[in-house]
Order: sequence, then C-alpha cells, then structure tokens
Amino acid sequence: MVDVATAREQPQATPTTWEPRIIGFLCYWCSYTGADSAGTARMKYPPNVDIIKVMCSGRIDPELITTAFANGADGVIVLGCHIGDCHYISGNHKTMVRMPLMRRILQDLGIEPERFRHEWVSAAEGEKFSKLVAEITEQVREIGPLNWPQLVYERGVGHGMDLKAWGE
Amino acid sequence: MTSPHVKTAEGIRRISIDPVTRLEGHGKIDIFLDADGNVAECFFQVPELRGFEKFCEGRPVEELPRITPRICGVCPEAHMMASAKACDAVYGVELPLTAKLLRELQYNIFYVTDHTTHFYALGAPDFVMGPQSDPALRNLIGVIGKVGVEIGGQVIKCRAWGHEAAGIFGGKPVNPANAIPGGMSKPLTAEERNRLDEICRFMVEFGKFTLKLFHDVVLSNKEYVELILNGPYRHETYSMGLVDDRNRVNFYDGKVRVVDPDGQELCKYAPSEYAQHIAERVEPWSYLKFPYLKNVGWKGFVDGKASGVYRATPQSRLNVADGMNSPLAQAAYEEYFETLAGDKSGKKPVHHTLAIHWARVIELLNAAEHALELVRHPEITHPEKYRAVCDKTPNEGVGIVEAPRGTLTHHYVTDEKGIVKKANLIVGTTNNHAAICMSIKQAAQGLIKKGVEVTEGVLNMVEMAFRAYDPCFGCATHSLPGQMPLIVRLRDVDGTILDVRRRD
Amino acid sequence: MGANGKLKVGMYWASSCGGCDISLLEIGPRLLDLIKVADVVFWPCAADFKYQDVAHYPDGYMHLCFYNGGIRNSEQEEVARLLRKKSQTLIAYGACAAEGGIPALANLKSRAEIYDVVYHTNPSLDNRDGVEPQPNVETPAGTLEIPTFYPGVLRLKDIVPVDYEIPGCPPQADRVWEAIQAVVTGAVPPRNAAVKVGCSGKTVCDDCALEKKLTKIKQFKRHHEFRPEPGWCLLEQGVLCMGPATRSGCGALCLKAGMRCEGCYGPPANAEDQGTSMVGALGALLDAQSEDRAQEMVAQIADPTGTFYRFSMSSSFMKAAQ
Repeated sequence: MVDVATAREQPQATPTTWEPRIIGFLCYWCSYTGADSAGTARMKYPPNVDIIKVMCSGRIDPELITTAFANGADGVIVLGCHIGDCHYISGNHKTMVRMPLMRRILQDLGIEPERFRHEWVSAAEGEKFSKLVAEITEQVREIGPLNWPQLVYERGVGHGMDLKAWGE
Repeated sequence: MTSPHVKTAEGIRRISIDPVTRLEGHGKIDIFLDADGNVAECFFQVPELRGFEKFCEGRPVEELPRITPRICGVCPEAHMMASAKACDAVYGVELPLTAKLLRELQYNIFYVTDHTTHFYALGAPDFVMGPQSDPALRNLIGVIGKVGVEIGGQVIKCRAWGHEAAGIFGGKPVNPANAIPGGMSKPLTAEERNRLDEICRFMVEFGKFTLKLFHDVVLSNKEYVELILNGPYRHETYSMGLVDDRNRVNFYDGKVRVVDPDGQELCKYAPSEYAQHIAERVEPWSYLKFPYLKNVGWKGFVDGKASGVYRATPQSRLNVADGMNSPLAQAAYEEYFETLAGDKSGKKPVHHTLAIHWARVIELLNAAEHALELVRHPEITHPEKYRAVCDKTPNEGVGIVEAPRGTLTHHYVTDEKGIVKKANLIVGTTNNHAAICMSIKQAAQGLIKKGVEVTEGVLNMVEMAFRAYDPCFGCATHSLPGQMPLIVRLRDVDGTILDVRRRD
Repeated sequence: MGANGKLKVGMYWASSCGGCDISLLEIGPRLLDLIKVADVVFWPCAADFKYQDVAHYPDGYMHLCFYNGGIRNSEQEEVARLLRKKSQTLIAYGACAAEGGIPALANLKSRAEIYDVVYHTNPSLDNRDGVEPQPNVETPAGTLEIPTFYPGVLRLKDIVPVDYEIPGCPPQADRVWEAIQAVVTGAVPPRNAAVKVGCSGKTVCDDCALEKKLTKIKQFKRHHEFRPEPGWCLLEQGVLCMGPATRSGCGALCLKAGMRCEGCYGPPANAEDQGTSMVGALGALLDAQSEDRAQEMVAQIADPTGTFYRFSMSSSFMKAAQ
C-alpha cells in the first residue's frame, strides 16, 4: 500500500538507478504460454515485467489495472488470446470492450498512453511477447516513473493539507 | 474564518458576521468601525467557488440539464429549465406545444414551492416576530407559535405537495430529472393531471391566503411600513426581468427587459444577445463575480442612472413589466405600485429593498394561478407531443429563465458532436451581487452609529438587507413547535462577557 | 443528553448545493418525531448559530452532526475538523461528502484552468486587469480574508474520521429516516469506519421496474436523438444507464421518469471505484463479435470519465490506495 504523504517525502530514485516497473496480466492458456516459449527459446528481452498469471483475460477486473498503478507500477500490460481462440469461448470478448474504455479513462486522469498496453498474444507468439516487453520498457524508461503519489497530489486529492482548526 | 470583534492597531473595530445565516449559499459580512463607532467600511464576501463553468467542458451537452441543477438544490428546476432551453437552442430544435406547456407548468408549480419556503421560513420571521426579537423564536417555529399551528400545517402541505408534483414530473422530489433537449422525458397521464389540478387549486388558495397574511402582519403594522419606506434599505438602480410578448411577467420564457431607475426602458434583448448587454467584473475579495450593464458602464458600488449596477429580483421583475398574466396577481400588482410608487400602472419602479418580500408574495399567487390555467390546457396530456427528437447538428445556444432570485442565463458552445467546448453561466443571485454589497453597507451605516449598542438584533437587521434578495429554503418548514436551545453572549471588544442569556 | 434530555443535532454544508439540506426536510412528518427528541444547535441555512458559537461548545457537545458537501477550500476543512471535535457521531451526508459529488468533476481540471475560464476568458467578462480572488486583501479599513481554493475536492473522510456515510444526490427520504433511526438507536455497525447506511447492498438494477429482456447492446444512443421504448431497460436500448455500477437505495426514481440512472448513490457495495465497476459491467453487455466492432461501439461513448465518475471522482483510483 502506498501512503501518499510518506511517499512524497521520500527522495525520488535517480535516473541511473530507477528501472521501469511493469506489471503484466497474462492469461494462462495463450499469453502465458507464449511468454514461456520466449523464455525456452532464449529470446532476449528486458526483465522489467512482473507477470501475474490469470486463467483468462476476461477475469481481469479493470480495478486490477488501476490498483497496479496506484501501488507502484510505472506501466501495465494486459495480454489475452486472440479473438476466437479464447479457451472459455467469450472471455476475451469482455476484455476487448473493457481495455479501450480503460485506456481513455487512464488518459483523462493523467496516465500517459505509453504506460498501458493491451495485446493478443498466442501460445506461439513468443517473439511478439518479447518485442512488446522491450518496447514498453523503453517507452516508459523515456517518460520516467509514474510517481503516483505526486500525480495524486497535483490533482489535489492527496493527503497533506495542513491547517489548524478554527478557534485554536 | 475571521474572528469577530477584533480590535486592530489603529483603533478600528471589526465586527464579523460569519457565516450569514438563514439563506442559501455561503457569505460573510465584515463591518469596520472607526474610533467613534461609525461604520467606516463594510464588505460582503462570497467565500465559495466550485467551477461549473470549467468542468462542464467535455461533457455531452444533453447532460447539462442534469449536472447544472447541482449548482443549487433549492432551485434545481431553474437550472434544469435554463439548461434545457440552452440545449434546445444548441440543437435548433422547435418544441411542440405540449412540451412547452409541460415545462412551463412544472416551472410555475416549483415557483410556488420555492417562494413559499422563502417567505415563511426566512422573510416572515423578521416581520412576524420582529427584526430584533429573540433569535430563538425568530424563525418558522416562532411564527407558527404566533399565528397558529393550522397555518403551519398549510405551509407544510404546500411544500409537500409541491415536491410531490416535482416527483410526478421528474422522479425525484429534489433534483427532478425530466427536461431534455427537445422537450420532456415523458408525457403526463390523465391521472397525474388530475392530481396536479388538485395541487394547483390548493396553491391558488394558499397564495391568496399568503397575500392576506402579508397585509395583516406587515402592511397593517405602522412600524414595518415605516421600516420598508424609510429605513436604510433603498437603492435606485436599474431593474431586470423576463417579460412575454405583452410585457407581462413570465418566469419561464420571453425576452429580458431592463428599465432605468425612473422606469424608462434601456433595452429588451433575446437570450442570444445577452453578452452585448451584460459584463462581469472581478474583485479580489470575493469569489463571486459582479455583473453590470455594459452599455451604461461600471461606476462603482453606487446608485443611479449613470451606474451599471442592476437588480434582478421579484421586485425588479414587477418593475420591468406592464402587468401580470393572471387576474388576482394583477390586482395585487396594481395595489403594490399604488402604495409604494403612487402609480398603479407600474410605470414608476419601486426601489424599497424590503418590499421585495411583498413582490415575492404577489409572484407566488401569480405562479399558482398561471399553473392552474396551464394544467387545464387541452393539450397538456398529449401522449406524443411531449418532446421532439433532435436531428440537427449542434452548435451554440443560450437559455434564459427567471430563477426565483433573478435572471438565469446558460450559454453553451459545443462541437459538432454536441460535446461542450465552453459554458458561461450567470446565475440568479450573481446579478445582485453588487446591489447586495451596497444594501448591506447601507443598512450597516444606517443602523450602527456612534453611541449605538451593537446587539445581535442590530446585526440581524443588517442581515435583513441580504435576506430580502435571496429566496432560500428554511429548515423548520416541516416542524411544529419545538424549542431551539440558544445561548446569547454579549461580549466587549476584548472578549469580556458582559451578559449571557440562555434558553436550553 | 442535553440539559433538557434532548439530542443535540447539527447540519453543515461545505461545497454543496443545498439539496441535502432540503432533503433532510423531505422526511416530512417524521421530522416532527425527530424534533421531539432532538434540538438543532448548528444549521447555517436555517438557524442563526455562527461559527464562534460552535467553537465555544464543549467537545462532543453535538450527539449527531451531518456534514454535506465536499471539501473544496480551507474554510470547509477547518469546519470539518471543528465539527469532528464537537460531535460524537459525524455523518458524511450525501454524494459530495461521501464521494466528492458533481463538484469533484473539477478534479479533472487544474485550479489554473478553472480560474482561467471563470475569471479571464468567459465571453461576458470585463477583467482587463486580470484580477483574481485572493485569500488576503488589504483595504484601508483592514484585511479581508476569503478561504484558499484547494487544487481538488476531497471527501469528508479524507480529512477527519467519519462514523457513517449516507449516499445519494440527495439521499432519499425513506433511506435517510432509516439511517437516522439506526444511528440513534445504536443499531448500526461499529463507528469511525465510514460505514455506509441508508442504502442496500445491491445495485440500482435491483430497484428498477423496467423490463430486462437480457439482450445485448447493439449501439450506444443519446436520449434526445431517439424515442426509447417505454417499459424496457434503457441500457439494453443503448442509453448509458449507470444502474449496474450504482448502489441501490433510491428506488430507481429517475428511471420512473424515463431518465437513465446517473449514478448518484455512488459505487456498489464492495467497490471503491465507480468507473472501473462500470467498465467491468459493460464488458459483458455489448453485442460485438469482433474487436473492430467493439472499438466502434466504445467510441460511441462520448465521455466515459465524466459519465462513470459523475458523482464519485474523489473516490476514484485517483486517490491513493487506501
């Protein structure tokens, strides 16, 4: 859990030491297998994505994405099976509706579009996976850390207002 | 918040009334006394801003009749109607007759409710109980104690039935949500119409009764008449209000007419022309802006024909009109002008600030009569013509109604998809901001002088200068006698308690 | 209890519209019952108690205090802290105090952007000197003060511990009465946890009487551009009704008037964020077989952020994780 008031007081990581922290939600049947195959094929890609395996991309409540950002992620990716290939038939149909909406909402609330990617990755697409990871890592590295507490504070909804009560 | 009774280094004493009470909205008054105890200066400040004009940008324009009523929960219908009219103009849609009738009917019933609430809970107490009476009783509870529980029950009934009507139209009794671009969201059934007819009949009787009450309690009391006519409550300013094509008062629709302090017409403009006539100033000590008449010019917080300060109140509406659109209200209008201006035609404007209460009661009766006429219109229950579908490309539009406390202007600019690019709102009380500042200062200077003990009652009389302008809502309208605990402490300038009175 | 054995009750309005104060009256004749057991000791809209009076009350003097409106400026924060000290039970009353309400839509804009429109660029402005309101202004007579305008709207529980929250814009009368009774008799769950009362654990869809045909949405439509079929679920017809992502308790009154639910009771139970709730719900409701079709339909939604977070921007994930 991030405490806004404390986080703001802590010194920011300097550019040389900071590494983009990206959370990846991957569905078990296609995307995770695809990522796995990138590993067994010894493809090179940056280690910045922490993978969270879910049974289906349709299981991803949009709140998981926002929670990831609120708890320190600089970027989030959501990967699922191609349309028509979902192990549960229509799970990814829900994803394909939710993700474009989340993209728009995230942007309205100040999170740059580079930080959020949604792609279909099949079990055979290890290369696609590794390319995607490299891409987003570099793009996020370029725009810098999200610094969620600062973003929230600038929006005026963080904690830290400090006024004495009237009458004291 | 400012601490009261502060003595500054130069010997100037400051008295703060914070917050101003028994009215809608936030306000504070700072009175500065010089060493002699005369009022050196007096400021009324609005400490609040929310920024509707900015955060309406990016919203679909048809949502604004649901968003803007949250500017004021006392008169949400006023914003809903002004906003819906602005949307009609944005889409260039012509409303069918039934749609117009429904809007005007809903609006007039709302007027009765709103004016009732203000008069009985806010206006009447200062007169029925007395301007300097015990503050614990200077509210609706005290009024009912004096005039009787039966009357209190009628007031409650009027408000309750008024809110029931709002629910019939728009679902919720507070923030009904039924006006859309092109008309209303649903038609009126015959059963609903019958119930509304009953409500309107009651409201007419209640309006007659309220006017009589005003006569008996206020106009028959020499002291009050003296206070209204000769107390420190008078400004000769321009007046503004909506009039129909026969120059009669109309709350829902028409053109905006402005007359000068002598009653000569300055201008009569259609909604789309408002920006040619009104400009708004900003002062650093208040969040609320100060509209004034552009073509007259800003000369400061002063009276007179050369000053662009104007008022938009029930009194102003009667000043700019040639009459009322209903018979009993017309008779009351003539009596009002004959008494206060010596001329029953209404050609000579009335400028006595406290007489706004009288004008308000006349409007209450007018709204009830007009609503009763509308609810009996043969087209009011048409099952299809309660709206027209919008199919033109949206663009820009202005909608104006008379909110109970003044002319209300909504101006929207949208893109071709109907998403709001710009919104400009000039809200009822805003029109009167300059005049309110002037009225408070005038009352303070007239009432607080060297040698006068500044009691709570005196300060209340300063607040009365504000209360006349703003029909607010009252809390105690649903309650019958109950005791309100009150402790009054009279303090010296350095805080020493001189006297304590309690009722708890 | 006070000296006369009655409860002391207060009601304050912060960045609010007054609708909540009116709504408290809508409990109608039941207010008479309340008056028998309670006395109002602070209610600026209706009674003449001033801030200095409240400051001189002993701590915990008020048994029950309703605070409506969000916190938009420094004065509202000061009063929130003051009332927390002077009250035993503090209730966040209405959408603004509980979730930020409609004024919290301003959180999408910066203070500079708001000031720019309100004081500099609106078409009717005459402000060539670029004057803006200032917290302190020196005049020959003395210094004038107005509160500082904060960068965003906060909820009551962001400032002080809150005992209960009653959602709604405004809360509906029957629910308010139930909530008051529950609080006064001690029937509700533990305090100081901003527990929601005056609402149920379901969504508005459960309250709504329109027929649910269980069809998928074929196209999003805007209400003024077509004639909805009466009696049939508006969302299924393509009007963006917030029912599935809104807490129940209001009786679906807007739907009775033929208008979509706008979400004023805030997020459903067990969800903090109304926007992600709605996005989640919409995922399963569209009649789209291909990604192109899904993107086409989603593009028809004109203003997702302002529609889904209409009343609850301050409760959105924009707040730090709690």
